[in-house]
Amino acid sequence: MKKLIELKNVSKAFEGETVLEKMNLDIYDQQFITLLGPSGCGKTTTLRLIGGFESPDEGGIFFDGQKINDVPSYKRHINTVFQKYALFPHLNVFENIAFSLRLQKLPNPEIAARVKEMLALVALNGFERKDVNHLSGGQQQRVAIARALISHPKVLLLDEPLGALDLKLRKDMQNELKKIQKQTGITFIYVTHDQEEALSMSDTVVVMADGKIQQIGTPIDIYNEPKNAFVADFIGESNIVDGIMEEDRKVTFSGHTFTCVDAGFAEKEAVDVVVRPEDVDVVSVEKGMLTGVVTSVTFKGVHYEIIVDIGGFKWMIQSTDFVGVDEKIGLYIEPDAIHIMKKSEYSGKFGDYSSFSDELDELSDAEAVEA
Amino acid sequence: MKQKNMISGKIAAYPHIVWTVLFIVLPLLFVAYFAFTTPDGAFTFENIFALGDHKVTFILSVSLSLIATLCCFIVGYPLAFLMARARPKNQKMLITLLMLPMWTNLLIRTYSMMALMDDAGIINGILTALDVGAVRMIGTKTAVVFGMAYDFFPYMVLPIYTAICKIDNSVLEAASDLGGNPIQVMTKVIFPLSSSGIVSGITMVFVPSISTFYISQKLGGGTFDLLGDAIERQFQNVSTYNVGAAMSLVMMVLVLLSLWFMNRFTDGTEGGTAG
Repeated sequence: MKKLIELKNVSKAFEGETVLEKMNLDIYDQQFITLLGPSGCGKTTTLRLIGGFESPDEGGIFFDGQKINDVPSYKRHINTVFQKYALFPHLNVFENIAFSLRLQKLPNPEIAARVKEMLALVALNGFERKDVNHLSGGQQQRVAIARALISHPKVLLLDEPLGALDLKLRKDMQNELKKIQKQTGITFIYVTHDQEEALSMSDTVVVMADGKIQQIGTPIDIYNEPKNAFVADFIGESNIVDGIMEEDRKVTFSGHTFTCVDAGFAEKEAVDVVVRPEDVDVVSVEKGMLTGVVTSVTFKGVHYEIIVDIGGFKWMIQSTDFVGVDEKIGLYIEPDAIHIMKKSEYSGKFGDYSSFSDELDELSDAEAVEA
Repeated sequence: MKQKNMISGKIAAYPHIVWTVLFIVLPLLFVAYFAFTTPDGAFTFENIFALGDHKVTFILSVSLSLIATLCCFIVGYPLAFLMARARPKNQKMLITLLMLPMWTNLLIRTYSMMALMDDAGIINGILTALDVGAVRMIGTKTAVVFGMAYDFFPYMVLPIYTAICKIDNSVLEAASDLGGNPIQVMTKVIFPLSSSGIVSGITMVFVPSISTFYISQKLGGGTFDLLGDAIERQFQNVSTYNVGAAMSLVMMVLVLLSLWFMNRFTDGTEGGTAG
């Protein structure tokens, strides 16, 4: 695949506060790439740098091998779907979508034909004369996508485009966006704080935190082989405990030595161990590798979410079998369910469920949406 | 509960309704009554026909006000735009600077303009001292237009400024993103989205300009009449009250017609809030 956009050592600060730090990123033609991270991680700034709404303090942005640091946004073959759609309130649906073609002074019949084609692509046939202010959020979103795609850009930037939609609509739009991307073959650069969205839509996920890239990889790699505690915690649920690598394929944590599949660490190296809640089996105390006391059980529909106290560290376990609170249970972990990571600046900050509650989780989600 | 709220809402509106009837509707009816009656109280169209004698005054008033409005717009729009795009701290300062003259009474401002533009005034004093030679300013139509434009300038800038401020920055970014260069963004997005402010601004300059009598008397030097002067003169003599009323009525109708026209002109182009 051809390299389309390249960020080389890009740094950006706002009023002395560093937002991006020496970022390097390659984006390939026809790729669906997602920048994923919590609010303030620099993902939107990265997008705005590529779109031409900000210019980097240091480093270079290259498009097709050309440095475009100082090329204004209207000269870039890159279009954007904005977070709040940013439709033109004084124009109807047709004129909104036709905007870029009108600027190019294309003949009317061609404009009409291409708008019609776009409306069909986003399933808004017959909406030409509607007032954009009277459309629903989902419809406005579709108009924004059609408007950005009509001039056949090389790259489409999407800044949390589904953030304002309800869950059901969001799922539908995810599928539709993916379909549109496949159909048009346009490179999509997608920004979101929603890890599920990132995993289900992207070819490549870029996990960001504190203005730095933490990991780049396919959704499966990111989920199964997180590079550090931040990534492990941000993508899905994780129990992250301190461990000691005894030797290749042998790790000790929570007072038990486990067989695992990781190798290449130094002997007796301190490591972070990740175990996903769905990879832990609940067994009887005698059969368990670890034993603990259940402190809370929440019914989640597909499974129960069980918090277990193991030697003072709270684990989260997802199981379809019911266990009672205060019950003593055993836990069994397969070797390939254990993932070993090098220690990082994020070690010890994540992965303990002792202060866990759904309410807190939702609160932090709401904050992320606002920002 | 809802019923009760509506009733108390109605009661709360009473003072306003009484005020409106007493001080707006009734006086207007009086004006109309006088316009269509003789001093004896008999119905007549004569006052309206008599306005034919003032044709020149009408035309001159409308033209000078239009020119003043246009000047305000040409200078005011770029200023409003720059103000709306300035840093918040500078915006406050610019607004204060713009409003500062409005804290001074209109009369005093007009008098100070006289002092500036008089044949032996400050400007001519400087010009004479520089050996350029004195210029006749006071008593010209240009002086009157300048007076109107100066006095009512803030009324043009403020509504346009407010309208431009309300435009979401991401809409402008979208326009640029879709290939609009700065001039195209201006003409295709900012201009249409601030049309409501432009209409208010034009109205708020044109209406006081067309009815002013003070500015034309002081800066026009009494050499020509504008509508306001003509109306004022009719009301200085009891026998011509009715003609004065007719003039006011016709002027009012003219203003209302132009307002109606302007509003039609912008209908639907003003951006509503996104739903």
